[in-house]
Amino acid sequence: MKDDPFSLWVYLSQSPLLWLTVTLLVYATTDAVSLATRRHPLANPVLHAMWIIGAFLLATGTSYTSYFAGAQFVHFLLGPATVALAVPLYENRRRVVSSIVPMLVALLAGSITAVVSVVLLAELAGLPRDVVLSLAPKSVTAGVAMGIAESLHADPSLAAVAVILTGIMGAIIVTPLMNRTGVTDYRARGFAAGLAAHGIGTARAFQVDEIAGVFSGIAMSLNALVTSFLVPLAVTLLVR
Amino acid sequence: MLASLGLILLCQLIGEAVVRGIGLPLPGPVLGLLLLLILLLARDRFAVLAHGPLRNDGVETASKGLLAHLSLLFVPAGVGVVQKLDLLASHGIAIVLVLALSVVVTLLATVLTFRLVSRLLKQQDAR
Repeated sequence: MKDDPFSLWVYLSQSPLLWLTVTLLVYATTDAVSLATRRHPLANPVLHAMWIIGAFLLATGTSYTSYFAGAQFVHFLLGPATVALAVPLYENRRRVVSSIVPMLVALLAGSITAVVSVVLLAELAGLPRDVVLSLAPKSVTAGVAMGIAESLHADPSLAAVAVILTGIMGAIIVTPLMNRTGVTDYRARGFAAGLAAHGIGTARAFQVDEIAGVFSGIAMSLNALVTSFLVPLAVTLLVR
Repeated sequence: MLASLGLILLCQLIGEAVVRGIGLPLPGPVLGLLLLLILLLARDRFAVLAHGPLRNDGVETASKGLLAHLSLLFVPAGVGVVQKLDLLASHGIAIVLVLALSVVVTLLATVLTFRLVSRLLKQQDAR
């Protein structure tokens, strides 16, 4: 085997070790760059890790399935991280309880806007029906959106891509957009980030402000709940 | 640390089991979040619960460790874009524009509703 570097590559590229290492190292790099730019929105670590790893997979002809065999160990932690949101919520419970009314009204307004706007815009753009259905749950976290897409007989993996793209665009745009609206209330800003851009928005919110992060996490959890009911309803009413 | 991670996983496990068991339209981890929150609140009331991971900030420290790298956890799903390159080649610009416009409208609708209601309730923000 010593004289054949190709067989070593074949061995490594099929093992979880290589792709787990690549995921962690590339992210560590993009995160360091993000930190060095003082968390500039365009230096979003997820966005840059995504295209760098994606390009690497394409260049080496590696399938997403073999990549995911390694990266699934990271992906798995999404569930426990959602549970972990209980801790910042617990520590800030007084502020959360005192904002319960604006939170619930904003939740309703925001989740309806998220679903209705994407369905109407996608129809306007003349996208095929199965694409419209797969985009509809794009504001909720990946696992839930994939479940919704499945129940509509749409494409769950396209739904996951729409979720990630939405999350990244939301995380990039939220700070400049909010600065422009002049809203300095970090409860409201965080809540909007989590509602529109789920976990990636929440990760962004935690970078900006702890309170924003807490409210973002709540919005993300509540929106997962509301959107599960809302998407089937909106699809029946709005899709041709 | 290990017991704290175990507790977090246990909350998720119970959450998933209940959701599947009675067919709730809710992600299992979200129910796990509620469960952990209830445990933390109960601990403050009943001293018996203040053991193992629920003592000395055990589960708090572990949770903050997980949340510190929340962005990383989205990378594997994000790389899934490579499977959809043909679709993105044919409809990519429309899809990206639709998602971008929708996210801006959603952010504005949410933040403005929140502020409006909170102003109507005459809540002064502490910051």
